[in-house]
Amino acid sequence: MADRGERAATGRALAMLAPAYLWLLFAVFLPLAAMAWFSLLSDLPLRGREWHLTLANYRAFLDSPAYPALLWKSLRIAAVVTLLCLVAGFPCALVLARVIRGRSREALLLLVILPFWSNALVRVFSWTILLRPGGVLDAALSAVLPGEVRLGLAFTETAVVIGLVHSYVPYVILTAYLALQAIDQSLIEAARALGAGRLRILRRILLPLALPGLIAGAVLVFVPVAGSFMEPRLLGGRMGTTFGTVIEDQFVAVFNWPLGAALSFILLAVVLGILAAASPALRRSLG
Amino acid sequence: MSAAPLALSGRLWLGLMLVFLYAPILVMAAMSLNASPFYQLPFEASTRWYAKLWTNREILAAAWRSVWIALAVAAIATLIGSMAAIALWRHAVPGRRLLQALLFPPIAVPWLITGTAMLVFFFGIGLDRGSPAVILGHVALALPYVIVVVTARLQGFDPTLEEAARSLGARPLTVTLRITLPFLAPGIVAAALFAFAVSFDQFVVSYFLARPGDTTLPVLIYTAIRKGFTPEINAISTIVILVSMVLMLLVARLARFGGER
Repeated sequence: MADRGERAATGRALAMLAPAYLWLLFAVFLPLAAMAWFSLLSDLPLRGREWHLTLANYRAFLDSPAYPALLWKSLRIAAVVTLLCLVAGFPCALVLARVIRGRSREALLLLVILPFWSNALVRVFSWTILLRPGGVLDAALSAVLPGEVRLGLAFTETAVVIGLVHSYVPYVILTAYLALQAIDQSLIEAARALGAGRLRILRRILLPLALPGLIAGAVLVFVPVAGSFMEPRLLGGRMGTTFGTVIEDQFVAVFNWPLGAALSFILLAVVLGILAAASPALRRSLG
Repeated sequence: MSAAPLALSGRLWLGLMLVFLYAPILVMAAMSLNASPFYQLPFEASTRWYAKLWTNREILAAAWRSVWIALAVAAIATLIGSMAAIALWRHAVPGRRLLQALLFPPIAVPWLITGTAMLVFFFGIGLDRGSPAVILGHVALALPYVIVVVTARLQGFDPTLEEAARSLGARPLTVTLRITLPFLAPGIVAAALFAFAVSFDQFVVSYFLARPGDTTLPVLIYTAIRKGFTPEINAISTIVILVSMVLMLLVARLARFGGER
């Protein structure tokens, strides 16, 4: 009797879970599988077209020097952006977690996170206004400094990096803050009582204990940045060709979907490798 | 105290970071009120671009489409996501950890990959680009967030309340409607707003799934920026970012989550 009740409860639970997970299956997992299949085709399986299974799309990646170079460029930009986010974000998290107290801490944290949850495209667009030649930033600097200042940042890789740091630094601040806040205050008091200076406390206690949070933040920045295409397009102009924009082109301009699928899969493999390597730290800080 | 300079420079750094985060947005908002179409200075105040928005049919159509797609996404994702969250929390479902882990890919896999994969798969099964495909994709992206937000609210729920109702003879549906849902309401509203925002702000997936010509607002803005440019884009962008920030402020108030995912 109890057994039957339990089974009925499990059945009910499965019925409640089914819509959400079927939806995910249909809209995420099957598409990823379909993409794997497409990446092995010689042409789009349209009526009247010849197609067969082939590894040619993956070979195209290896044979052309351009694709690996662009993948490398994307990963390099992602690494630079991640590093800058860590360097710029950690002190903010530190101040929020250990210096500022009470209601103003809550308000400031919200203020930091808010842009992150707002429209990413529009934020990147706002940088194009700021950075354009003779734009607001040039005008502002010219007003303060002697002479005409031309930063010449528009459509450079630097502009892409600035825009991406702007987009993702709140992630690092948030994950580092959560890690720092969880540190037991008595540890710090003990260290202080034993005569440790502030820098020593930072280096020997705060940094090591916040490390899982920093790693989580780094991964959460690195992965989407490696696959970004909108930011490089809008901020990088002709300098903004990355692995992401090449994949975009295969789908919206060149219509070589099988090649695009193969390139996407190569990117996915790299990203999954990184996620897997960082998963213990991720689990510790998010779980 | 020796602590003061260090703490002060820390505060200063945080202040600089806030300037870095908000300055571009504020400049864009200011420029949307500048009479010059090419951001020329000196600044001359004007609301002409906002007035022009009302006559730009393409933008209005895209805005309307964005809103109703986001409403549909919020309704669907909140309903099936809340159901899943309650089930995961109430029952020791076999494979629960796996089910929770499966929520990660839609968030963690770059949208470029998810979006193109959806395009390929939907094409393969004969579902053309267009609003139904966009909704299908957006709901999948919003679901994990809904489940996480509702689950966070459930953590504060006392399961003995449900047991008490059940032992007094309430049927499972009654328990859910009369006990569980009222408690969950703020979390569910927050989740719905969140889902709305995920859809309303989503660019990448819409870009691959929307039919060219009837796109959503972010896709229209992207195309306009790349084509060269109409100054109304400033105005509509300012409205978009205002809407999305207000939405997230509401979510933060309701869910009281210091920004957790």
